[in-house]
Amino acid sequence: MDWLNAVVQGTLLGGLYALFAAGLSLIFGVMRLVNIGHGDFIVLAAYLGLTVTTATGLHPLLALIVVVPTMGVIGYVLQRGLLNQTLGDDLLPPLLVTFGLSVILQNGLLEVYSADPQKMEAGALETASFAVGGLNLGVLPVLTFAVAVAVIWGLQWTFYHTALGRAFRAVSDNQDIAQLMGLNRRHIFGVAMALALGVTAIAGILLGIRTSFDPSIGGGRLIFGFEAVIIGGLGNLWGTLAGGVILGVAQTVGAKIDPGWQILSGHLAFLFILAIRPNGLFPRISA
Amino acid sequence: MPEPILQMHALDAHYGDFQALYGVDMEVSEGEVLAIIGSNGAGKTTLMRSITGLLSNEPSQITYHREDISSLRADEVAMRGLAMVPEGRQLFPSLSVRENLMIGAQVGRKGPWSLDAVYKLFPILDERKDQQSTSLSGGQQQMVAIGRALMANPDLILFDEISLGLAPIIIKDIYDALPGIIGEGMSAIIVEQDISKALSVSSRVYCLQEGRVSLEGASDTVSREDISRAYFGIE
Ligand SMILES: Nc1ncnc2c1ncn2[C@@H]1O[C@H](COP(=O)(O)OP(=O)(O)OP(=O)(O)O)[C@@H](O)[C@H]1O
Ligand SMILES: [Mg+2]
Repeated sequence: MDWLNAVVQGTLLGGLYALFAAGLSLIFGVMRLVNIGHGDFIVLAAYLGLTVTTATGLHPLLALIVVVPTMGVIGYVLQRGLLNQTLGDDLLPPLLVTFGLSVILQNGLLEVYSADPQKMEAGALETASFAVGGLNLGVLPVLTFAVAVAVIWGLQWTFYHTALGRAFRAVSDNQDIAQLMGLNRRHIFGVAMALALGVTAIAGILLGIRTSFDPSIGGGRLIFGFEAVIIGGLGNLWGTLAGGVILGVAQTVGAKIDPGWQILSGHLAFLFILAIRPNGLFPRISA
Repeated sequence: MPEPILQMHALDAHYGDFQALYGVDMEVSEGEVLAIIGSNGAGKTTLMRSITGLLSNEPSQITYHREDISSLRADEVAMRGLAMVPEGRQLFPSLSVRENLMIGAQVGRKGPWSLDAVYKLFPILDERKDQQSTSLSGGQQQMVAIGRALMANPDLILFDEISLGLAPIIIKDIYDALPGIIGEGMSAIIVEQDISKALSVSSRVYCLQEGRVSLEGASDTVSREDISRAYFGIE
C-alpha cells in the first residue's frame, strides 16, 4: 500500500512538472527556442500571484485572472522586442540571451521581494484531502493534476483544431513559406510565447500554493521541466505529461527508499530513458 | 496596352557577397501570362523570391499596382494579392491536405477560389483531404501547392517550375488545367525549363542568363535561334 501511495502521489506531482514543461515544449515546438529563463518566469508568476493576493485579499486561484494575462503580455512583448532578434540559424544567441534574462529576473526578484522564502495562503485548499480505496489524496495535488491534463488538452486542441494552431505548425515547418501565406512569423512567435508564459503563470501559482519559494529556485524548476519534455519526446504535449508523471513517480518512489534520494532518482530515471530512447518516449519532431 | 500590374526596375539581388540578379527590368500587364525561361542557376527562382519579399530589395525596384512593394515583408506582399507556387512544392508536412489549402486563405481575400472550387478543379484532393500532404504523389502534391496559392484569390500568381520532377502525363494534366486557373482576369508569371511549354501558355517571354535579361519578346514570334542564343549565351 505504501508503494502504491508513492506511485499515486508521484503521478499527481507529475502534473505540476508537466505544467512546468508545457511552455518549454510549446515554444521549442513552434520556434526551436530553448528558454533558459523559463524556471525564473515560473517564480516571477508566483511572486506576481503573491503581490496580487496580498494587495487585494483574493484567493490565489482567483489571482490567476490577473497573473495569466499579465504573463501573456510580458511574453508577447519580450518575444517581439527581444527574442525574435536572436532567432536564426545559430542556436547560441537565444541561449545566451535567455540565460541573461534568467540572471536579470533572479536579481530583480531578489531586489524587490528579498531572499526570504514566501508562500501563498490558500486556506483550506492547502490541507484538504479525501480518501479513495485506502489512499489519502490531497485536494491540491489532485486539482493540480486535473489542471495539467486540462491545459495539455487545451494546448493540443489549439494546435490541431484552430487557425492559430495551424499557423503554429506551418511556421514551425517552414518559416519562409508560412510568410508567403500571409503569416507574420514574428507575430506568431509572440503569440506562442504569450501562450507559453500564460501556462507558466498557472504553474507558478500552483507551485506557490504548494510550497514556499524564493528567487533562487527557478533553475531547479527549469531542470524538472526540461527532463519532462525530453523524457516525453520533443514536440508531443501528451508525451510531456507522461514525462512529468515518470519524473514525479521516480522522485516519490526514490524518496520512499531513502528520503535523500528524491531528486537524484528523478535524474537517474531521466538518464536511463535518455540512454535507451535518445529521442524520448513519444517524439514528434526529430531534434 | 493594358496597365502594368507589376514592374521591376533595375532589380539586383544578392546572397551575401554573391550577386544573383543584375539590373533586371521587367513588367507584367494586367491579365497577362508571362513566361520566364533560363538555364539552371540563371536566377529565375531568385527573381521570384525578390518579387514575393522573401529576399529584401532596395527601395523603388518593384512596383505592384502602382505601389512600391520593394521593402515589404513577404506576408505584407501576400496580403496585397500576390501568391506563389514555390519551386519544389514546399507543402507543410505537419498539415493535412485540407489544412495546407486552408492556410492559403489566411490572407483573407475575397474571390472565386474556395475549398470547394479547388476540389472541383482537382477532385482527387477532395478524396485525400485528411491525409498528410507528404503521403501524396508528386503530382498530387503539386495540385495542393497550386490550390494553396489559388486559395489566396491572388491578382498575380507566380509558378516556379511546376513541372519539375513530374511524369510527362501529369505535366500535361496540370498544363491543361492552367487556362481554367488563370482565367478571370488573373495575371501569371510562369517559370519553366521546358521552353515549348512556356511559350505555348504565355503571351510574352523573358529569358534570364546569369542574372541578366538576355531576351524579351512575344511568345509567338520569338525565333528558336534567338532563344538558344539568349538561353545558352552562344553567339
Ligand atoms: N541561398 C543561396 N545562397 C547562395 N547562393 C544562392 C542561393 N540560392 C541561389 N543561389 C545562387 O544564385 C544563382 C541563381 O539561383 P536560382 O536558384 O535563382 O536559379 P534558377 O534560375 O532558379 O535555377 P534552377 O533552374 O536550377 O531552379 C545560382 O548561381 C545559385 O547558385
Ligand atoms: Mg529555380
